[in-house]
Amino acid sequence: MIAYIVRRILYAIPILIGVNLLTFTLFFFVNSPDDIARLQLGVKRVTPEAIEKWKVAHGYDKPLLYNNDEIGSARLTDTIFFKHSVRLFLFDFGRADDGRDISYDISKRVWPSLAIALPTLLMGVLVNITFAMLLAFFRGMYLDTWGVVLCVIMMSISTLFYIIGGQYVTGKLLRLVPISGYDTSWQAIKFVILPVIIGVVSGVGAGTRLYRTFFLEEINKDYVRTGRAKGLSELRVLFRHVLKNAMIPILTQVGALIPLLFIGSLIMESFFGIPGLGSYTIDAIRHQDFSIVRAMVFLGAVLYIAGYLLTDISYTLVDPRVRLN
Amino acid sequence: MTRKRFGTMVSYVFIAFSILVFSGQAPAAWNNPYPASDRHANILYSFFRERPKTLDPARAYSFNEYTIIGQIYEPPFQYHYLKRPYALVPLTATAVPQPTYYDDNGRQLADDARVEDIAQSVYEIRIRPGIYYQPHPCFARDDNGSYLYHDLTPVQLSGYRRIDDFAQTGTRELVAADYVYQMKRLAHPGLHSPILSLMSEYIVGMGEYAQELQKVHDQLAKKGEAPTYLDLTRYSLTGVEQVDRYTYRVKIRGKYPQFRYWMAMPFFAPMPPEADRFFSQPGMADQNLTLEWYPVGTGPYMLTVNNPNLQMVLERNPRFHDEYYPNEGKEGDVAKGLLADAGKRLPFVDKAIFSLEKEAIPRWNKYLQGYADLQGYWDRTGVPAAGFDQTIQMTAGGDTELTPEMQAKGIRLLTSVAPSTYYLGFNMLDPVVGGYSERSRKLRQALSIAIEYEQEILIFRNGRGIPAQGPLASGIFGYRAGCAGRNTYVYDCVDGRLTRKPIEVARRLLEEAGYPNGRDSVTGKPLLLYFETALAGPDAKAHLDWMRKQFQKLNIQLVVRATDYNRFQEKMLKGNAQIFRWGWGADYPDPENFLFLLYGPNSQVGNAGENAANYENAEFDRLFVKMKDMDNGPARARVIDRMLEIVRRDAPWVWGLHPKEFILHNAWVHNVEPNHMANNALKYLRLDPALRAERREEWNKPVLWPIGLLGIVLAITALPAVVSYMRKEGY
Repeated sequence: MIAYIVRRILYAIPILIGVNLLTFTLFFFVNSPDDIARLQLGVKRVTPEAIEKWKVAHGYDKPLLYNNDEIGSARLTDTIFFKHSVRLFLFDFGRADDGRDISYDISKRVWPSLAIALPTLLMGVLVNITFAMLLAFFRGMYLDTWGVVLCVIMMSISTLFYIIGGQYVTGKLLRLVPISGYDTSWQAIKFVILPVIIGVVSGVGAGTRLYRTFFLEEINKDYVRTGRAKGLSELRVLFRHVLKNAMIPILTQVGALIPLLFIGSLIMESFFGIPGLGSYTIDAIRHQDFSIVRAMVFLGAVLYIAGYLLTDISYTLVDPRVRLN
Repeated sequence: MTRKRFGTMVSYVFIAFSILVFSGQAPAAWNNPYPASDRHANILYSFFRERPKTLDPARAYSFNEYTIIGQIYEPPFQYHYLKRPYALVPLTATAVPQPTYYDDNGRQLADDARVEDIAQSVYEIRIRPGIYYQPHPCFARDDNGSYLYHDLTPVQLSGYRRIDDFAQTGTRELVAADYVYQMKRLAHPGLHSPILSLMSEYIVGMGEYAQELQKVHDQLAKKGEAPTYLDLTRYSLTGVEQVDRYTYRVKIRGKYPQFRYWMAMPFFAPMPPEADRFFSQPGMADQNLTLEWYPVGTGPYMLTVNNPNLQMVLERNPRFHDEYYPNEGKEGDVAKGLLADAGKRLPFVDKAIFSLEKEAIPRWNKYLQGYADLQGYWDRTGVPAAGFDQTIQMTAGGDTELTPEMQAKGIRLLTSVAPSTYYLGFNMLDPVVGGYSERSRKLRQALSIAIEYEQEILIFRNGRGIPAQGPLASGIFGYRAGCAGRNTYVYDCVDGRLTRKPIEVARRLLEEAGYPNGRDSVTGKPLLLYFETALAGPDAKAHLDWMRKQFQKLNIQLVVRATDYNRFQEKMLKGNAQIFRWGWGADYPDPENFLFLLYGPNSQVGNAGENAANYENAEFDRLFVKMKDMDNGPARARVIDRMLEIVRRDAPWVWGLHPKEFILHNAWVHNVEPNHMANNALKYLRLDPALRAERREEWNKPVLWPIGLLGIVLAITALPAVVSYMRKEGY
């Protein structure tokens, strides 16, 4: 297994270089260093001299990818891309364009993101499995039919609607929890309840349908029929056998969600005023802060790779037949 | 525990919960976002939409930055809180000085000397003794009198992450040298102060000083030393000097009366060199400890929590000097209760908590729940579109007032026209809409009549604005309200009211311009005009559709070129835009600050100035140079009238609108008065925390019965499933 993990880590390097290059190209396709400087300097009385000085001070006065004025390797190294991106591979995210230490900000903002995302994921998986099991249990009956219809309706509704509706009903009409906000102490719980509930509810439709499919696929297999023939109750069949065997596709889907735990939910954090990594990324895009954008994209890519690697490893735990080699 | 007892206990819990749910008698205010212990505290709660980019007074230049630093840094002057027109009064200075004028030979001139004779204006500012800085570690000293935290190594600094991690603090008296130091900072090459270029034109030696600092900065960078710290006390700026401990002098080239207004802005607030030295230590920036984030001032408040991703907290500065609520105001202020606190010591509020709230809807709902004391005061968002009808209604006379629902809550509405302007500009370098021929002038005049800004104000701004008659906003010297100040090329005066000229007049002008019925009389082709905009999204579509309709009135086709803001700016700088929308908010209440937007040498193309229309008129430019140095009075008013007549005739802008701002405040907030120039208004506000606590409790009782109902519905829904399961399993 170790050889497999090492190989996967080595595969990750070209992927990360590619992601970095792509982020860089897309970002500078839309924003020039002049644009970045202008935005940082403000909207009033920005002179061309000030823009030039800012670019020099922040290393944006170099060519983007290739420096014709240099010789040898400096043609590649004395560029914005090299100077701003290579350190990422050492997880040195450097400073934002406003001078703040990005690693520190990430380390502070990851907790609010996790405070929302972790309970949402765990409760979401639990609720989705429960509902999917129920639908599988009542398969072919009116409960299954109407359940699927309800799932389709729920997954057709925009997350934004859940957020605004949730804030309106729970926060404004019923006045049960604060409409938005956050606290760094244990008081954070009262702010987390509503976004977590909304996160779970907005994911129930898609999650339940998906898991139901996994369960139905398993439920018609021979070992299930054998279990029933042995006289096992339907609940025992579902929870002891079907659930266990349906875990591989469920884990694959959950693995893909792991990066989101850290990266945060962009809209959710913005509407609930949660100072997590999602709002950090959104703000950076709005402020054209390339240093933060590339750091967050890089981090996201690393987490995706790590997430899928962990998923692969988890297969061996839930299914002894799986061997990583 | 036996099964029976357990079952009994569960039943009790269920019954208790049911009673709670269906009686609605739950403890109050579950939705309070603030700690219950602060219920009666003298804390003002407000929001901010976007974190400030910088809190360094040499760089900060936007409203959200001034909201914070305006309460911390104290420039020598401030605006009188209540008087209108806006009047400068001393803040830390003993008086607002009149400049002394000198000629080329250094001879002193009379106060009414001719502008052309004045080579230099000298402002001598004396500050009050006995003003102290807020407690701060940059002033902390050991028993030997040495600074405790000025020579820390990066390793030592690694343990410090916030400013309150430094155990010791100190203070010292404010001196004139601190003002001199801050003016030197404006030229610091690492700070990129937005007003350096402008001040280099006026402050004697500022340009040369900036070059000198740049050289030193570059030398340090070449040596590999961190060029962040320059000991500015070692380099002298010829135009700014310390006279004695409490007096400093600023020399200005020629006459520049607007300089006094600049000295009421945070750019000219004092900066203790100790703070610069403290924050410039190697390793400080790595810990995110910078002057950009941690201001050091003498003002009524100090920033004790700076987490602009969540909350910024201002607390009363224990060393704040004596300052008292004004004893006089304008007419009607006594009746409004604005002078009830006259002569009382400032500030009134102990603490102000600004929470980050990016989205309008939650911000608005929290205000209605009483969790924000003011709406539209700090964040200038006013009443959001979603809540407008619920809050504001039009009176028969066309004025605005609160709906009965809001009045019943004790909410109060204050409206005021902001010293800002939004306009539609024509690029005067464009071959079709630009230029100074009669043909292009008439085309612009026709469009000025056709584009009905009254509609825009009604449809898109819920009546929040007034149609502009020229570049000057209301409240600025030279602005005339009503028919006397009308743009005669666009408006008539009918029964004493401004009435837009009929569209037929516009059509006739268009025909005279050579575009009868919107077609070029020579080529016969339809007239196509291009509107550059960075507006995007569903809201923008409605606005752009409206804009097209305005042009269609003259049979002119408007092609909208939507782009992102970066490309839009690039087009503007290169002069590639034909028609565009732009705006300006006043830095200070002087007509120069608006009319310079049309001054030729300020054009955007070639000079990267603020004259976005690239307008140039020799007479206007000559009058501008004359007007900007004049003191307010009938002679200046006459010059301004002439300048307005020139630009109204040339019509480089469709004059657009001046926004009207709505401020809402709850009944427990006192002394609220719109003051668009003052950045330091927090110190005047007073709260009644007991009333607030009472109202919050009354407005925020949790409603629980729907949860019970939901439980019953779910139980009923689940019943067939349970029955079905039991049947299936053979129970």
